[in-house]
Amino acid sequence: MAPAELRTPGAIEPDPEPWQRFFSFSVDHKVIGIQYLVTSFFFFLIGGALATAVRVELATPEVDFVSRELYNQLFTIHATVMIFLWIVPAGAGFGNYLIPLMIGAKDMAFPRLNAIAFWMIPPAGLLLIASFFVPTGAAAAGWTSYPPLSLVSGQWGELIWILSILLLGTSSILGGINFAATILKMRIPGMTLNDMPLFCWAMLAASILILMSTPVLAGALVLLSFDLMAGTAFFNPTGGGDPIVYQHMFWFYSHPAVYIMILPLFGAISEILPVHARKPIFGYKAIAYSSIAISLLGLIVWAHHMFTSGTPAWLRMFFMIATMIIAVPTGIKVFGWVATIWGGKLRLNSAMLFAIGFVSMFVVGGLSGVMIASVPFDIHVHDTYFIVAHLHYVLFGGSVFGLYAALYHWFPKMTGRMLNEPWGKVHFVLTLVGFNLCFLPMHYLGLMGMPRRVAEYDPQFSTVNAICSIGSYILAVSTIPFLVNAVYSWVAGEKASANPWNALTLEWTVSSPPPEHNFVGQPVLKTGPYDYGVTKRGESRKPISQLKASDILSGSTR
Amino acid sequence: MNVPSTILTLLMGIGLTLISLWVGQNYHFLLPVSATDVSPEVDRLFGAMLTIATGLFLLVQGCLIYAILRFRRKPGDDTDGPPIRGNIPLEILWTAIPAVICLGISVFSFDVYNSMGGLDPMASGAGMGMAHHHGHHTAIAATLDEAPAMTGTEVALGLGAAPGSQGQAPDLQVNVQGLQYAWIFNYPDLNVMAGELHVPVGQDVQLNISAMDVLHAFWIPQFRIKQDAIPGRPTQLRFRATQPGRYPIVCAELCGSFHGAMRTEVLVQTPEEYEAWVASVMPEAETTETGQGSAVTLAQNPQNLTDSEYLQVYSDRLGIETRSIAQLAPAAL
Repeated sequence: MAPAELRTPGAIEPDPEPWQRFFSFSVDHKVIGIQYLVTSFFFFLIGGALATAVRVELATPEVDFVSRELYNQLFTIHATVMIFLWIVPAGAGFGNYLIPLMIGAKDMAFPRLNAIAFWMIPPAGLLLIASFFVPTGAAAAGWTSYPPLSLVSGQWGELIWILSILLLGTSSILGGINFAATILKMRIPGMTLNDMPLFCWAMLAASILILMSTPVLAGALVLLSFDLMAGTAFFNPTGGGDPIVYQHMFWFYSHPAVYIMILPLFGAISEILPVHARKPIFGYKAIAYSSIAISLLGLIVWAHHMFTSGTPAWLRMFFMIATMIIAVPTGIKVFGWVATIWGGKLRLNSAMLFAIGFVSMFVVGGLSGVMIASVPFDIHVHDTYFIVAHLHYVLFGGSVFGLYAALYHWFPKMTGRMLNEPWGKVHFVLTLVGFNLCFLPMHYLGLMGMPRRVAEYDPQFSTVNAICSIGSYILAVSTIPFLVNAVYSWVAGEKASANPWNALTLEWTVSSPPPEHNFVGQPVLKTGPYDYGVTKRGESRKPISQLKASDILSGSTR
Repeated sequence: MNVPSTILTLLMGIGLTLISLWVGQNYHFLLPVSATDVSPEVDRLFGAMLTIATGLFLLVQGCLIYAILRFRRKPGDDTDGPPIRGNIPLEILWTAIPAVICLGISVFSFDVYNSMGGLDPMASGAGMGMAHHHGHHTAIAATLDEAPAMTGTEVALGLGAAPGSQGQAPDLQVNVQGLQYAWIFNYPDLNVMAGELHVPVGQDVQLNISAMDVLHAFWIPQFRIKQDAIPGRPTQLRFRATQPGRYPIVCAELCGSFHGAMRTEVLVQTPEEYEAWVASVMPEAETTETGQGSAVTLAQNPQNLTDSEYLQVYSDRLGIETRSIAQLAPAAL
């Protein structure tokens, strides 16, 4: 980005892509996208270390590894890091990197806002981690931070937690505005909403949710900070406040947050499956509109987290039925994905394995989700390990498998290098085995009577907990092949062509990695995003091995 | 893609259905003992949902595994698969079937929730106007009780009376207070405080739940009931235990560092055992004024009682309001 006149004549042509740009206030959406992804993966490793510490403690029924106080801090910060510093920003990272490329735009609608949104994340994350070292320790009231407990346990840790979430929430809102504006206003001429790749639909749906719900969380946390620091009584019952109001405000954001975390990956899976199955997506409109349906329904289901709280019966029944209805659009997606790969010509590489793994694991979380929507059953399992199992099947089996699939799929585009396939498969097998060993038995623990967020438990559960802990260790180890693979391949991997998967969405029409401003001139769209095996305008499609960028897009010189 | 209708598919469908039904009937190893009159209904609901979930799980996983095995790309084949973009009848089918299933589960859940007492207007928030009447019974008890009890101005949310006993007072009321990190059980009719919950088998028991400091949640896994204890807002549970035994009472809402240690037990006792327990916590009960309704309170050493507690017995007998005694108290001194 250095002005040309500053270059010394005769000097060696500077590296067109110096690595330093990743540490700069770059406004290039591709740089920002990678900044998001690398930062969030760094926090994923921290969150994973915290989770492993939690599982080490739970390997035995007694409190023997960390103190009870530290244990509560560990799971609180684990959840906060994984949600607010890994899955949400990683989804935003893919959104940043892919949306402009997919819709044929040169950048996001608001590039500077985009950079500001990203640069809120590192300080917020470091602040949160640093809170372990303040005298009262990190926040220890769970990631839900329910008052009155959050008002009486470790004031400074709690305040830092609030501050950190406010920063991350603001970052998320800025990102949401940017995604929605970019998708709605900056599509290439000729690309209607119904010609967009499904990832863009999913990001649009997620952005709607971010914009509708995140401000409510911010409101709740500001009021909570007043109760905490200024002695007000919005939620503090000793001053006449109502702790249940906090729960309503918190979940008004935090249930939609689940969809904010899963919708981008729904979108990514809808891209990855057709490419590697060599078939059009099955039921484009159904999958596109079901994202919007999920996003709207997602706004009216929050109190299903409060079935055993101060919730009157009619509310419990309303939220039960509303929650059940969400299963319908979600089912449409799952069946659509299964039908997409049915009868295809599957290329079972790491990206595809993780994508199929996503469908497979997410279904388990979806089925247990319908079960816990049922009020009488939820009254039994609420706040137990059944819920812990359910949420990890959705957020790890779903979101994290989806993120891995997306990383394997788009890594060549982002870095210009291929990832190593055999190590990718080792990573997949370790992740799948470790994940199921860790979380499947937790359903049983919850049903049998083990509550969540406990450092000690009834010794009758010790065997099953030991199995879960072994699974978590495998899961911890599973990140190593990926990490080594990613670092090695980024530096010295096999060079990637512009379109190594022979895909039809627009990001594959430009070089890997794409040039600054992505497209030269004003490209014209010639094909749909999922036109695999389709005869176009009377002429039969060339064999895909000979597919050129000009078959997808014209007017682009690259 | 045509909806497959070969004999083989049919057989697999039948097999899948049978496996699902079998799993749905054999869920008992996944749940602890069922110990109240309505808890088997919750289990049946779980069994029904497990049947459906097993079927859908096998269907999706079976399709995925079959696709991985059957539809692998042949080496050297660089062509695309068939350009199938959708199938409207199939899509309608897989929209309608989950919708019907969800509706069915909702109706079933509603029914179970009703039989658990969830829709009792006294506990559901529907009958605010009648709340005062409901609180009447506990209001007298409250004067004997140090714990803040229901004032009668606010409906206690939670599970109320089962449809068969709505409008009737429970056989036994216990005030349950959660605090960091213990449950305290107060028997207002007995003026007894205990750290374990003793209930007679087969009796309609109402727990009036409160919290002193932070949120807690009262959970008996074997009863399949759970209710948060909320500072400043009364909640309640009502149940009829059917299986004598000792069951854990677990705090299920994070309440601080010793949250995992906040456990006690419920003892479901035969009437004889329960009477024996009542007698054991009040050893002098028979020695004074047997036959009087309030013998239990009189049996306590008067020195341990406050004036209003001591006089409460007489106020009950004479029909004098506690309030008026309280007004007299300073003058008497």
